[in-house]
Amino acid sequence: MSLWEYANPKKFMQTSAWVLPWVTGLAVLALLGGLVWGFFFTPDDYKQGATVKIIYLHVPAAMMAINAWAMMLVTSLIWLIRRHHVSALAARAAAPIGLTFTLIALATGAIWGQPMWGTWWAWDPRLTAFLILFLFYLGYIALWEAIEDPDTAADLTSVLCLVGSVFAVLSRYAVNFWNQGLHQGASLSLDKEENVSDVYWLPLLLCIAGFVLLFVTLVLLRTRTEIRARRLKALIARERLG
Amino acid sequence: MIALLLRDLRLAVRSGGGFGLGLAFFLIVAVLVPLGVGPEGGTLGLIAPGILWVAALLACLLSLDRIFALDAEDGSLELLATAPLPLEGAVAVKAVAHWLTTGLPLTLAAPVLGVLLNLPADGYGWLAASLALGTPALSVIGTFGAALTVGLKRGGLLLSLLVLPLYMPTLIFGAEIVRRGAEGMAVATPLALLAGITAGALALLPFAAAAAIRVNLR
Amino acid sequence: MPDLGKYAVAVLSAYGASLVLILVLVLATIRRGARVRRQLREVEARQGREHG
Repeated sequence: MSLWEYANPKKFMQTSAWVLPWVTGLAVLALLGGLVWGFFFTPDDYKQGATVKIIYLHVPAAMMAINAWAMMLVTSLIWLIRRHHVSALAARAAAPIGLTFTLIALATGAIWGQPMWGTWWAWDPRLTAFLILFLFYLGYIALWEAIEDPDTAADLTSVLCLVGSVFAVLSRYAVNFWNQGLHQGASLSLDKEENVSDVYWLPLLLCIAGFVLLFVTLVLLRTRTEIRARRLKALIARERLG
Repeated sequence: MIALLLRDLRLAVRSGGGFGLGLAFFLIVAVLVPLGVGPEGGTLGLIAPGILWVAALLACLLSLDRIFALDAEDGSLELLATAPLPLEGAVAVKAVAHWLTTGLPLTLAAPVLGVLLNLPADGYGWLAASLALGTPALSVIGTFGAALTVGLKRGGLLLSLLVLPLYMPTLIFGAEIVRRGAEGMAVATPLALLAGITAGALALLPFAAAAAIRVNLR
Repeated sequence: MPDLGKYAVAVLSAYGASLVLILVLVLATIRRGARVRRQLREVEARQGREHG
């Protein structure tokens, strides 16, 4: 059975209906397990003290903020090429989730930075890049909201997602360049890729899995809602035409 | 294509076309910033590159919805889409017209405003160069944004929300060129990167913009 | 509660903010879903009655 079968709205609704309880359950288990393990049962870091515990929220949220946009890019392309409505709706569904994860990454990043940098916000390249990503999400969502016709909206937002992706990558490199240029030498980044020792690694992995599963759960839920909303709109339009 | 260009230029320059407004806005921002930040010469000189670039960027933004609005209103947009000239070419011409009436005047006026903002002497050449290189990108990126929102009644604010994040790489490299140039440092890297962005945008965005217009005309 | 030392405020506010944001997202998702489902049911019932 080809994956494309699920692009059919009815098939998608049927499949997502029985998949949802499992994904939700796994998401709750992984998230709770990872966070509880990380928060209560891991030691403090030599340099960063207890703030290292923020890693269990910051890293997974940041990863998913990027992955959500990547998923939107793929589903937008599928819509543009193969015109599967479910794909376009899935992209729309994913955006607020990505927006929220970006916000979590920003908030936890800033709070984590406060004890290190002595300020509630610093124009660190990674934080700045996420702030720009936040704006891209806002623009994408705003465009969906602004356009009446669903297919037109799907097309335009897909093109925006494509062009936006190119500029998002450009911005990432530009911001690295920009910060480096001003603060020669001083590396303010949170270095989340620095050697994370095993004692932190496993609960972190669990949290990452939890966030991934949370994303999948919410995308499935929201896409189902979008499919229903689209049907609702069509029925109401039919009523008005009498 | 030349005919289209001349027509758009004529439309922009006649009264109500907004030709002088961009420049006036540019001047106003250059006055606002010292009023807000304080007249201390040292401070102003430090932030002048950034202020001039941000002001140029915002001034470009102001005239964006004009690019397609008039044609959309009177139906000439449909004519353009079905004309023998490919829509991508028409879009590129409109971007050029926007640049000639906005980006180019800004580039020429910027050094004068640099005086107001205490730009260091070495920065002037780089200011003109970076704006000359970067404002075409602003025009073509803005044309893409205008194409996305051409169907919307009051799309101005949404247009800003969509276009300003796309402007950020150009802004970063453009301002960086002026800052480094003013201090006598090497500018090769940001210069090359800015040129790359402009070249890429000019080559690819007309296609995206034309696609958006076709969608909006359906 | 582990001894968070001088970083108690930072760590707790980070966790608090994140959990609040996740909660808001989940609740908003569920509420919108329920609302659309209800409206769809109403419209379908209405149209079912008319076209019987």
